[in-house]
Amino acid sequence: MRKQSIMPRLRRLFTVRNLVIGIPMIWLFALAAAPLLLVLNISLAHMEVTSVSSLWHWADDELTLKFNFGNYLYLGEDSLYFDTYFSSLKFAALTTLYCLIVGYPFAYFISRAPAHLRTMLLMLVMLPFWTSFLLRIYAWKALLADNGIVNSGLMGLGVIASPIHMMQTPFSLTIGMVYAYLPFMVLPLYATLVKLDGRMLEAAADLGASPFKTFWLVTVPLTKRGIIAGSLLVFIPAFGEYVIPELLGGPRTLMIARVLWDEFFSNNDWPMASAVTIVMILLILVPMALFNRYNDQTRVGDKT
Amino acid sequence: MKHPFGRSVFGRTWLIAVFIFLYIPIVTLVVYSFNDSRLSTVWTGFTFKWYVDASHDRELIDGLIISLKLAFMSASLSVIFGTFTAFVLVRYGRFKGRGLLASMANAPLVMPDVIVGISLLLMLVALQKWLGFPERGIGTILLGHALIGTSFATVVIISRLREIDHRLEEAAMDLGCKPFQVFWLVTLPLIASALVSAFLLTFTLSFDDVVIAAFLSGPGSTTLPLVIFSRARLGLDPSINAVATVIIVVVSIGVIASSLYQLRAERRRQREVADAYAQGKS
Repeated sequence: MRKQSIMPRLRRLFTVRNLVIGIPMIWLFALAAAPLLLVLNISLAHMEVTSVSSLWHWADDELTLKFNFGNYLYLGEDSLYFDTYFSSLKFAALTTLYCLIVGYPFAYFISRAPAHLRTMLLMLVMLPFWTSFLLRIYAWKALLADNGIVNSGLMGLGVIASPIHMMQTPFSLTIGMVYAYLPFMVLPLYATLVKLDGRMLEAAADLGASPFKTFWLVTVPLTKRGIIAGSLLVFIPAFGEYVIPELLGGPRTLMIARVLWDEFFSNNDWPMASAVTIVMILLILVPMALFNRYNDQTRVGDKT
Repeated sequence: MKHPFGRSVFGRTWLIAVFIFLYIPIVTLVVYSFNDSRLSTVWTGFTFKWYVDASHDRELIDGLIISLKLAFMSASLSVIFGTFTAFVLVRYGRFKGRGLLASMANAPLVMPDVIVGISLLLMLVALQKWLGFPERGIGTILLGHALIGTSFATVVIISRLREIDHRLEEAAMDLGCKPFQVFWLVTLPLIASALVSAFLLTFTLSFDDVVIAAFLSGPGSTTLPLVIFSRARLGLDPSINAVATVIIVVVSIGVIASSLYQLRAERRRQREVADAYAQGKS
């Protein structure tokens, strides 16, 4: 008799351990995974008067499944979508690059500062990060406007004769994005740089490497992990950024999140908005998987 | 040469230049909140009138109250679920679905806000059609903020759980504590500082968010960032500068006070450890 009664099996399932695992599992599944599955579902439907069509239909003992790929085909046909995805990727990549160029030396010099100063410098990096992101972006509007503070300052100094048009250009968008995401680059870089063994650099110098060579062949490879983490933390959210292009960008700065927003709120086309979302997710899937792996690797590394 | 590039003139200049870049917008927000002119870009004289304006502005005040309530609830939920997630991921070893849980906890950290907002909204609309609730409002925004908050709280609490000495928990177990007692009496007090940091972080995230709130808000749930965002889209408004200055002052005091407190707690702990060693030797 191999048949087991149901009670012991149930009892084994409902242990305290499984219950404790179940709570975050259900919470995160309901709010993070289930909505994305639903978006995938809706992207294959089409819009009816006030709601979306159902993918499956049951009549006369027959189950009919109807997938509408029209939304995806339309994404391929209309060059606006392609241009916007491409432009978003370009702005995200540029933001990441500039954050790295500005942030790496910055994190490096903080990590090499005397210990008592380091805590204070780090707090100064974190402080803007705690104050409202929206308000700090809003402040750039007053700085970069035609009659704004930067222009009147430069004119007052006699550097320029007439105001430079900076608002609603790729320049203002890039400045805003680099400004907003710089701390996300600096903090992981600092975390790896501060652990860097100074003796390695001394050894390289003793063996005759120039400071530049030491930096390129020793410091950079040893801080690779921080570079990757920081770049992903900047690139992925920058790709889907909405607030900065809306406040600082203009007609020449196409960003996919704004198209998505308009598709949803102005056109009220949910299936189309869902298809745009799914393609967005597909484009950031590789960086997201990298981020996930990186996070898990540090986990294993920390244990040993 | 001990530190290539370190402590050089170039290094100092770079540090100062980046700090100026980080602080210039904040300084201008504060300075122009006292500017007499409605055009926020020309200085005409000192005034407090925008503060008076802002304090009579019902839309701003209501938004502030809603945002504070929302941030408090979101931070509480985030810390509770973040503690569960972190505890399971760190202490439960391998189990079926660990990879899935880790990915689901990681994804909202980097997932663009528009995706989180749109997917939650579509799910809530489907639920409402099916069950008749929930109506869009503070409750639905709370779900979105608590999701993001759970992920951030998990990261903060995981790093603290790794730091604490696992043997303390084992000792309590050996002395006859039940697993729940171990968690309540040993683990929780040890990670208390991380719970406070996680609460403050997730409070700020909720208080700042505009995109998720825009998707999930309904009538009567216009948060402060939503009010500010809709005005900022139209142009410059000195009352926003006044609100910004108040927020900046409160946050700065909070951040400085909490880092001073942490510094003191750290020193006290080091002194206690040193004392314990000294007593052990004598």
